[in-house]
Amino acid sequence: MTRIIDAMTRSFGREVPGLVGLLVLMIVGFSLASPQFLTGANFDSIASQLPELGLLTLAMLAPIIANGINLAVIAVANISGLTLAWVLNMYGGPDAGMLAFAAGVVLALAVGGLAGAAMGAIIAWFGAHPILASLAMMIFLKGIGEFLTRGGDISGFPEFVMGLGHGTVAGIPVPMLIFIGAAFLWHLLLARTRHGFAVSMIGSNPKASEYSGLHVKRSITLTYALSGVMCALAGIVMLTRFNSVRVGHGDALLLVTVLACFLGGVNPFGGFGRVAPVFLALVILQTLSSGLNLVGANQHLSTAVWGLFLIAVMVLRSGTPMLHALLANIRR
Amino acid sequence: MMTAPSTQTAPDGPEAIRFEHISIRFGGLQALDDVSFSVGRGEVHCLAGENGSGKSTLIKAIAGVYQPAPGARMSYFGETIPASSPPLARKKGVAVIWQDLALFPEMTVAENIAFDSLVGKPRLVNYGTIRETARTALGKLGVELDLAAPLRSLPISGRQIVAIARALASDARLIFMDEPTASLTQAETDHLLAVVRVLSKSGVAVVFVSHRLAEVLDISSRVTVLRDGKLVGVFDAAGMTQSRLGELMTGRQLNQAVSARDPGNAPVVLQTAGLTRAGEYEGVNLAIRAGEIVGLIGLIGAGRSELAHTLFGMTRPRAGEIRLAGKPVRFANNRQAIGAGVAYVSEDRLSLGLVQQQSIADNTVITTLRAISGAGGLISARRKSAAVTRGVTEFSTKIGSPDDAVSTLSGGNQQRIVLAKWLAISPKLLILDCPTVGVDVGARDGIYRIVRALADRGIAILMISDEVPEVYFNCDRILHMAAGRIVGEFDPRRTPIAELERTVYA
Repeated sequence: MTRIIDAMTRSFGREVPGLVGLLVLMIVGFSLASPQFLTGANFDSIASQLPELGLLTLAMLAPIIANGINLAVIAVANISGLTLAWVLNMYGGPDAGMLAFAAGVVLALAVGGLAGAAMGAIIAWFGAHPILASLAMMIFLKGIGEFLTRGGDISGFPEFVMGLGHGTVAGIPVPMLIFIGAAFLWHLLLARTRHGFAVSMIGSNPKASEYSGLHVKRSITLTYALSGVMCALAGIVMLTRFNSVRVGHGDALLLVTVLACFLGGVNPFGGFGRVAPVFLALVILQTLSSGLNLVGANQHLSTAVWGLFLIAVMVLRSGTPMLHALLANIRR
Repeated sequence: MMTAPSTQTAPDGPEAIRFEHISIRFGGLQALDDVSFSVGRGEVHCLAGENGSGKSTLIKAIAGVYQPAPGARMSYFGETIPASSPPLARKKGVAVIWQDLALFPEMTVAENIAFDSLVGKPRLVNYGTIRETARTALGKLGVELDLAAPLRSLPISGRQIVAIARALASDARLIFMDEPTASLTQAETDHLLAVVRVLSKSGVAVVFVSHRLAEVLDISSRVTVLRDGKLVGVFDAAGMTQSRLGELMTGRQLNQAVSARDPGNAPVVLQTAGLTRAGEYEGVNLAIRAGEIVGLIGLIGAGRSELAHTLFGMTRPRAGEIRLAGKPVRFANNRQAIGAGVAYVSEDRLSLGLVQQQSIADNTVITTLRAISGAGGLISARRKSAAVTRGVTEFSTKIGSPDDAVSTLSGGNQQRIVLAKWLAISPKLLILDCPTVGVDVGARDGIYRIVRALADRGIAILMISDEVPEVYFNCDRILHMAAGRIVGEFDPRRTPIAELERTVYA
């Protein structure tokens, strides 16, 4: 048992064993409480709801490690979704072809990346506070989106778009596969590349990083640009799932992405954070919400339980050293 | 031995404090072992010792924070007490001014001074009383400050005066000052000493706590030296020198021989001509040959670090030329300087030299990320750990695990990590800005040996310092910088150290 925990800690970070334990506990608990919990249908429901929140959380994760924040994740996702919708509508709406879809996806990712890069450049070169810069970007993009859509929905996409959002490959929903792929790439980016190394260093101390020869401004800009691309991916997945785009869709998820990062052990003061524990944290949140749903709790209650749950985790985390000391004393 | 243990007793009347047979133990660590310490009324006393020698523990025992083991005898102003506590010590007139001063930057000078008299007492704050309290306290010091100015608008030296006035406002008769001169210029130090003289005349005792006491020895009467939690002795300040103090604090003879050599005809690595940046430095001409260690001595504000920043590509000169290995260079940023083989060890290791929160390993490889990357541009774990091992063993740095935060290391070992990360880029020119700041006296020799070894590999070294002995015993040639200009050049083999000290500290 200890060997398994050690191995998990080594490869994914010291947050992981605790989170895995929590998840197992939760699954056992809910299975006892509801016969529908351990069913394929429930798994499908979790796996299809998770990717949206998951992709947005990944987009939030990198700026937080860089000791910043991206409050425009939802706005960027929406504007990217709108870009894709616009391309699809230009090429015939329901009759648009695969090629148009592909072009739209590329353009949407570019728009997301550009919006992120603009935000990052403002933070890096003009020294704007990330909260202010991303808040301004959020309001700007939301305004543009509302102006373009006049506050309404954009819909009427080809059949295959819906197929993407609701289809499965080997029994796993396509959006979930996209999320898993994105999470893996994000893990490589943050844990193994020079850029990821720079993000952690800069997140802890940008001045010392600069004195050591890191290109701090470029790294910060790139962090937000890539975060923007991730937002765009979330926007595209949202479009395929709902078969429509509306500005303001997913607004409620904004702060949940921040909390999911902290639940996954990301340091609120920057410098430290890993993908694997954040991934687990997301699974836990989604499991909790769908489990509560199955045992018949009110839907709004599940949001409250998320909040309570996060508070409990923070308290437990700061209490862990005390707990260790206590256990050591008992053993003696 | 130049100085005999003090035979002189403290001035007349009951002493300010007399603590005898103080022993304090933390877990397995004997922090203080049967130490006795006394200060006379109005005496200026020095408490010296390396980091970890027990200085802070002793102050905290006197301030009532720690309780000594049974057998201790304690008295404040002639009055013996069975046990102390922080409120009791404060009531008896003991005040401690820590290095960080513990003031409130956003509050006014008057509010800071009157703070202790405000806490917990009146429900309503009377600003007239506050100003009166502050004015009286500053008056005792013979200092005038704008009472309504926010504290943050004052320089460090002004804030220190405020901290002293705050102690006086709560009737302190014995003031401990922790490393008071660490961040002061010479003029500011002189001003502080004048204030301390005033205090001493009015019967307030002052204890300087430091490992750098050269500046305050003059006005002190006695020095108490601690080492490893034990009392080394109490000495007369008259005739005491910094180097003798260093020996007493470390318990061994420090290597104090001039190590200057002639670089001969080695190629010139760095040459500047008429380098100027208005308000920082002017008309700087200097040349350093491969393998040569050139000292740049000057007080804080002389423009030394500003010059270093330009050589490292962080700022641009307005006029003049920099040649590196014969070729003129104009760095747009420090990355270009690093690329050209210029390394800079900052004097501020805490916020500029290392990313303190991050691991020893990451701090070691931060300058050579490209070299440790493998397939697909991903950082190779194998190459990284090899680079870290190389960097750590190079200077026999003592570390636990490479994954520990670099902040867990001692000052000397942190500096070795800084040197290792710069050695990894195979520098041509290494700029050391006060390389032993925050490094214990006993560990400095190790750093100096490393610097000499790096010079032996052909690296040109510019060693910036404000301590004359540092450059005198470790450099081949010394440049004296004042008010932004290089005003003199010295050869340690021909100039006596006393002459250099006179010139620099004049």
